[in-house]
Amino acid sequence: MGRFLLTRLWQSAVTLILASIVIFVGIRALPGDPALAMAGEEASPEQLAQIRAELGLDQSLPVQYLNYMGQILTGDLGRSTRYGTEVSAMIADTLPVTLFLSVYAILIAVIIGIGLGVLAERRKGRWPEWMANFAALIGLSVPNFWLGILAILWLAVGLGIFPASGYVEFSSDPLRSIYHLTMPAFILGASIMAVIMRQTRASMLETMQTDYVRTARAKGLPPSRILLRYGLRNSLIVVVTIVGLQLGGLISGAVITEQIFGLPGFGRLTLDAVFTRDYPVIQAAVIIVTFGYVLINLVVDILYSVINPKIRVGASS
Amino acid sequence: MTVVESSHELGSNRGKVLRSLRSAPLGMLGLGMLVTMAALALLAPVLAPHSPTQVHFEAPFQQPLTVGFLFGTDDLGRDILSRMLYGIQVSLQVGLLSVALAVVVGVPLGLLAGFWNWLDGIISRLTDLMLAFPFLIIAVGLAAINGPSLTNVVIALGIAQVPTMIRVVRGETLRIKSTDFVTGAVAMNASGPRIMLQHVLPNCTSAIIVQATVIMPVAVIGEAMLSFLGIGVQPPTPSLGIMLADAQQYIGRSPTAAIFPGVAIAIICLGFNLFGDALRDALDPASAKK
Repeated sequence: MGRFLLTRLWQSAVTLILASIVIFVGIRALPGDPALAMAGEEASPEQLAQIRAELGLDQSLPVQYLNYMGQILTGDLGRSTRYGTEVSAMIADTLPVTLFLSVYAILIAVIIGIGLGVLAERRKGRWPEWMANFAALIGLSVPNFWLGILAILWLAVGLGIFPASGYVEFSSDPLRSIYHLTMPAFILGASIMAVIMRQTRASMLETMQTDYVRTARAKGLPPSRILLRYGLRNSLIVVVTIVGLQLGGLISGAVITEQIFGLPGFGRLTLDAVFTRDYPVIQAAVIIVTFGYVLINLVVDILYSVINPKIRVGASS
Repeated sequence: MTVVESSHELGSNRGKVLRSLRSAPLGMLGLGMLVTMAALALLAPVLAPHSPTQVHFEAPFQQPLTVGFLFGTDDLGRDILSRMLYGIQVSLQVGLLSVALAVVVGVPLGLLAGFWNWLDGIISRLTDLMLAFPFLIIAVGLAAINGPSLTNVVIALGIAQVPTMIRVVRGETLRIKSTDFVTGAVAMNASGPRIMLQHVLPNCTSAIIVQATVIMPVAVIGEAMLSFLGIGVQPPTPSLGIMLADAQQYIGRSPTAAIFPGVAIAIICLGFNLFGDALRDALDPASAKK
């Protein structure tokens, strides 16, 4: 376990350093000269040189890179060129919305996905299984943002059950907040739900045919106990893996879900920054998503090896 | 020479694969959907009743089945059917190009990683690096640097698919490397590159084709998504994603405008998923029994 942990930590560290270099090079490739932008068109060459020196742009690239990393690691993400506010404050405002939405979506996907998967396995060869297969195929073929538009059309515009857009702070009114986020969370979680359902069904089908389940049955254990202790426990490994694998998709999905439902989250912030060429905000968004993604994957891998000691991912290869 | 012949699994099984494919009704349905969509895309200039960008200010928000506008018109009075035909063209074009990019970059790297152990570590780190950037973030970054465009979409979607392509080809290479005919080729003193290109690569073909059918729907949805967000294909080029973004603005007034483009995306992706499943079963009969 210790060796696995060390290997995995080392790999993540290398990935993070390489990713930060890529991001740094990407920032250098951005159009426009930051010193010129600050000084204005009619600045004298001396003024430009002075601003360059202040920004550290006259130093060698490796030194600039180290300075840049130092800034990021101390939480200094710069100021928005559009609003003049601290980028870190803007992110602190919007990130909780996205995290809330994502966690809610994963919860819905896991609970309903496992439930439907078990149901499909229990009723094999009958309509719940057909429905589950069909839903899984649709979940893979239909873009979730279109599903979101259809949901707005049907549930919000047509039936008026859910609000079409808008966000309520959790702290001000928890129930209304959850209510507002329910439709977006369902849409965001739909494709993960489809995959979890399909995999839960497959893994249950396999487990229920094993010798140890037969032994458990022969011992006279109640079916519910067998289902929970043997069937579901094995499916859990699959579910953790899927959630881990789908996190990248979840990030992209959150951006588009926020856009459709008008939620003031991190994804909206990033997109608006792209449209208004607010480079400090774009940089911060890319850094946070990339670093967050690598770290989450690390956690998922460790979690994975804890649940299933048989597989220490990456340790042998 | 017998060594070379026996190393072509795909070639010798072609008849069997085709028979297996033909007896899979869902796979044939998927193929039918794809052929139809491809035909619609290719024949768009002939089939489209109007120019996809031509506005009819006198006829906005026409309902479907209106004379002259089979699927109705959008907020600017543009013909939805014509825009969809050209949008499907863009979808398939982006899908094919990003698959091509994933193959061109991923296949050589996968071959090298599987064939030479000392390269495996380096290529694994490269794969991890690429996986660190979700495709939307690549797209956002490229849009910030170059401005949004169709090329960016292709690069973002293609790069995002490279890691899985590397893994698939690497796995196949490892498998084939340990077979008898490769050992035989080594014994006959064949050079490394020669073994890789003549024996290993041809036997990876079926895995690469199956992976391509997995990538295509992801790329088609990805294009629609980026264009929907405004960082993909730029107007006036028609895209199914842009049509959906426009339609959401006036969804209460003209709901069908938000439905048709989505159906087109779903048919393309369903086609690839159904056909891809059948193809995988046909090429690898062991997986079909599961």
